Formats: sequence, structure tokens, C-alpha cells
Amino acid sequence: MSEYIIKADKIVKKYKSGDGELVVLKELDLYVRPGEFLAITGRSGSGKSTLLYQLGLLDHPNSGDIVIDGVDTHELTTNERTDFRLKELGYVFQDYALLPELNSLENVALPLLMQGLSKRDAEAGAVVALNKVGLGDKLYNLPSQLSGGQQQRVSIARAIGHKPKIIFADEPTANLDSETSDTVIKSFLELHGEGQTIVMVSHEPEYARLADRVLTLSDGKITGDITNKHNHKK
Amino acid sequence: MQAVSLGFYLAYRQLKRSSKWTTTLIVFVMTLTFLNLVVISGILVGLIQGASDAVKSQYMGDLFISTLNDKKYIENTPAVVETIQNLPWTEALSTRYNGSITLEANYKNKVKPTDKGDSVSTVVTGIDPQDEDAVTNLGSMIIEGEYLNPDDYDKILVGSLLLRRYFDFDSAGFSTLKNAEVGDRVRVTIGSTQREVTIKGIIKTKTDEVSRKVFFVDSQLRGLIGREDNNGTEIAVTLKPGTDPKIAKEALAKAGITELAKVQTFEDAEPKFVKDLKNTFSLLGNIIGSIGLAVASITIFIVIFINAITRRKFIGILKGIGIRSNVIEYAYVIQSIFYAAIGTIIGMLIVFFILKPFFVAHPINFPFSDGILVATPLGTTIRAGLLFLATLIAGYIPAKIVVRQNTLDAILGR
Repeated sequence: MSEYIIKADKIVKKYKSGDGELVVLKELDLYVRPGEFLAITGRSGSGKSTLLYQLGLLDHPNSGDIVIDGVDTHELTTNERTDFRLKELGYVFQDYALLPELNSLENVALPLLMQGLSKRDAEAGAVVALNKVGLGDKLYNLPSQLSGGQQQRVSIARAIGHKPKIIFADEPTANLDSETSDTVIKSFLELHGEGQTIVMVSHEPEYARLADRVLTLSDGKITGDITNKHNHKK
Repeated sequence: MQAVSLGFYLAYRQLKRSSKWTTTLIVFVMTLTFLNLVVISGILVGLIQGASDAVKSQYMGDLFISTLNDKKYIENTPAVVETIQNLPWTEALSTRYNGSITLEANYKNKVKPTDKGDSVSTVVTGIDPQDEDAVTNLGSMIIEGEYLNPDDYDKILVGSLLLRRYFDFDSAGFSTLKNAEVGDRVRVTIGSTQREVTIKGIIKTKTDEVSRKVFFVDSQLRGLIGREDNNGTEIAVTLKPGTDPKIAKEALAKAGITELAKVQTFEDAEPKFVKDLKNTFSLLGNIIGSIGLAVASITIFIVIFINAITRRKFIGILKGIGIRSNVIEYAYVIQSIFYAAIGTIIGMLIVFFILKPFFVAHPINFPFSDGILVATPLGTTIRAGLLFLATLIAGYIPAKIVVRQNTLDAILGR
């Protein structure tokens, strides 16, 4: 196994802004070890979500290389990137991003079906994932019938259902009250305890410091990189 | 195949859990579009088909036997009639004797005997009332007075187009009687013979050839036109239901009837202008149908485009979690197929189980035709197939447009 599951070198991301350009990520280097729980923090506009989208292959950097689990993602075609996201990555979005017409079971089973599993196997895998986040009794509820915290846990179940190598979470507690946020973070910590690599963006220091390592971004650059040794999984 | 299956999985759930009112409205629009595609052109074609059917049922029958081009009458008509009657397919026939007639009303009021007066010249036809009624149901077309009896003498039926109050048209070449009622005595001139006869009834049909005629009982007219040999001018034949007229025509040809008379099926005898009209209206129907098809395509395009645009974020999420673009496109195409299929099925049920029977029972009363709805199963299926094809394309394009957009932009709604 490679020492790093994510290797990002000199990542640059620019956006057009009026007549000029807004450089959001400035030749940023980042390395993540397998099984690491990495929290990315920073002020609003510091580029933390943009960095997550580049690492999660939801966007293309203007320059720089991203290697995930030994695969140079720059070389992948659009369909290969889609397949790579399907098989190797999991996502948890700030607003849950569940499909409103699918119930919890179907939302979680969908990536498994896309991987070619039969409906029975996909649903069995989805039930396991939903039980893991404590929603075994909400299998047939539509998102509209769930609370925000429950929806976010369905989103986590969808992210872990296909056993991805890395989970990317973008402000997963931003829309939740503190009690529900604790439950969601607890789910992440349990997954991390099982060896899951997690990259989480959060602007809440109390949750960020529960990670193994906390990166602080400012103006498109890493300005802090703190390792919380006491959190390291044995 | 997995992509189609997963597309179906998504489409089914989107349809199942979408607003019932929205789905009903879209299906309603598709049904109307299908009806526009089939019914408007069907009525246009049916207008001419109704006129054609009227000529067949009220005048010519399935087979029309007429004089050879160089003859004034069908030679040896009794033998011809006997041969036709002996055919296994013959249901009824009517031998007609045609001549020219001048009909004069109010002739006693003329100032000078040489004045034209209230008169009209037209075709007179001698018929066996029972035979003619069996073939053309002429008795049912009486609008005033009564139908002829076989033993009527000096009694006539007058076509409505010969009377001013039914046909308000007068020209140098075509005049109408201004003042003639049922029961009036009128003077008829046939060749050099003049007689006073009574108008027993007035007939009105959708076929001008019939509505411009005067009818006598054949036995009297034969005497007036000097056809004591029973040789008629035309014979209209109806065949038993399901009989192909061409078979009967061939049988008559083999029996040598074509040596004595011209034997034509209704399709052969149908005037060219009617055939041209049928083709013209069919073309018009196809043009209107094509416009309907374009409208259907645009409707589906708009429906799917709005559906996809409003779900752009979720399309982005699907792509984000690794669902391939073609799966999402299939999901939208399958939805559009669903709308088209349900709309088409409902449209077909309406056409074949409501509209067609309705128009048969209550034809549209056009001046020259009982307009019906022409919608053959084959023609309708072809139009349904075209609608399906248009739907496939119209559903695919907007889905493709939306799915091609940047994944992250779609997720973030920017």
C-alpha cells in the first residue's frame, strides 16, 4: 500500500470574476494517509470547499496533479472519473443531497445498483449501511418524512454503502442543531474507528479537532496543519 | 442493458412519486395531441369518404353496369339481370331506364304557349320501386309526400335540387321550379310525348346525381321512352357483405356480360374528381398531421426540459455519486415514453370506442356528405409510431442538454 491515499501537488483553481480571475487555490500541496480523518477548516471563502471538490473529482483543477490510491486522476476520461467516484469515493453534502423521490433504502441502494449488484444484494447492502447509522427503522421513509439529522445520516449511509476508499464530507453539520450534529459526527468517528479515510470540511472547531489532523486554509493556501496525536486510531 | 434497467428504476420512481395532477395534465396534453394527429385529418378525409360512400350507397352500389360507349342501352338486359341474379354474391339489384325530361309547373298560367314558364329539364329514371329501395334505400330519402308504389301511374318523385325552395339557385343553364308542391299536377315532356302527372314525393340525398332526377315507375316510363324490350340504361348491384366486388366483376366478364355492357366496381366507376379530392384531402390530412406531430414533439420537449431543469440539482447529485449520464438520459426518455404511451392508448380508446362509433351514428351533416371519421387501425398505428419516435427524440434532447452541464455547477445550483 502507498504511504498516501491522496497526493495533491501544486493544485491551482481559478474562477472568472468580472474581467479578471479569482485564484481560489494557490499551488496547494496536500497528502492524506490511508485511514486518516482529515478536517479542513478556514474562514468563509478560504477555499476549503473548493479544495474538497477538487480532491473528490467533482471539479477539475486548472493545474496540478491529484493521485488517489495510485491513480493519476488527470488521466481519467469523464466516464472513468464517474466510475471512479462510484467505486472509490463517497460524498456527504451540506444539504444532504438525497433524491426526493427515492426512500432511504433506494437512495442508499442506488450506487450499489450502478455497480452492477442485483436489486436484492444492493438492498441488502443498503440495509447494512442504514443500520450502521441507526436508521434501520426508516428504510421506507422518503426524505421529506425524515428530520435533517436523519437525512444527513441517510446521506452518510449512501456514502459508505459501497465501501469507498475515501469519504468526502462538505460541512455535514452546517444545517443541523448541536444535538443532531453530535450524532452525525459520532457516525463519522465510528467509521474512522473502522479504518475509513475521511476528508471533512467544517467551520466548527469543536468538530474539526476531533479529527486526526486539522488543516487550516486561508486565502487559498494551507496556513495550519495540526496533528491531534491523541485522536490517532491505534 | 444495466443502464436501461437503472434508468427505468429511476423513471418509475420519479413517475410514481411525482404530483398526480402534473402527470394527469401531461397525459391529457399528450392525449389531445394524439387526437389532433388522428381526428382532424380523419375528419378531413372522412368528409370526402362520406361523399364517396353516399354515391355508392345511394346511387351506384357495389357493382355498376352501364351501357357500352357506343350503345344507348344495355342489350339483352333481362339476360344480363338473370346472370347477375344467379351470382352467389348478389344481394339486390335495380335496373334503371334513363331518358330526358322537361318538367313544367304552373303551365296553365303561361301568357304564351311558347314561353318557357316555370320549367326545368333534367334526367328521368324509371325504376322498380321495390328493387331500387332494396339497393339504394331510396324510400328513406323522401322528405315530403310518399315513395312510389309499383302500380303507381302518372305519379313521380322529384329531386330536391329541382325545386327552388330547396336549392335557391337559378342560371341560364340550370333552372329550378319556383312553385311545385307535393300533390301538384305538372306537365312532363319526354321526347314528343306530353303528360300531366302528380308529384307524389320529393327526395333529398347527399348525391347530386340522384337529387337532380325525376323518378317514374319503370313500367310507365318504358312506354314513354319507347323501351318495350326491357333493355335498361344502368343496373346498380349490391353484393353480400364481405364480398370483393372484383370477384363478382370477373365472374360477369367470364359469363360474357362485358360484351353487352360496361361492368365496373364502385372504385372503377367513381368519378376521377372524387379520387383526386380524396388524395388532396388525404394530403391535407397528412400536412395537418405533420404539424400535429411537430406540436407533440415540442410539447414533450418542453415538458421534459422543464422537468429536467427543475431537477438539475438532483441530476448533478446523481452524476456526483457516480451514476453515468446515459442512465439519467434513459430515465428521462423512459418518462417521455410513458407520457406518450399512456396518451396514445387513451387517445386510441377514444378514437375507436367513442369517436368512430359516434360519427357513424351521428355523421357530420355536410351539404354533400355525411362526414365520418376515417381512422384505420393501420393508419392510426403508424401515426402512433411516429408520435412515439418523435417523443423519443423530444425526450432525449432536453435530457442530454441538462445532463451535459457541469456536475458541480448543477449540485451547487450556479
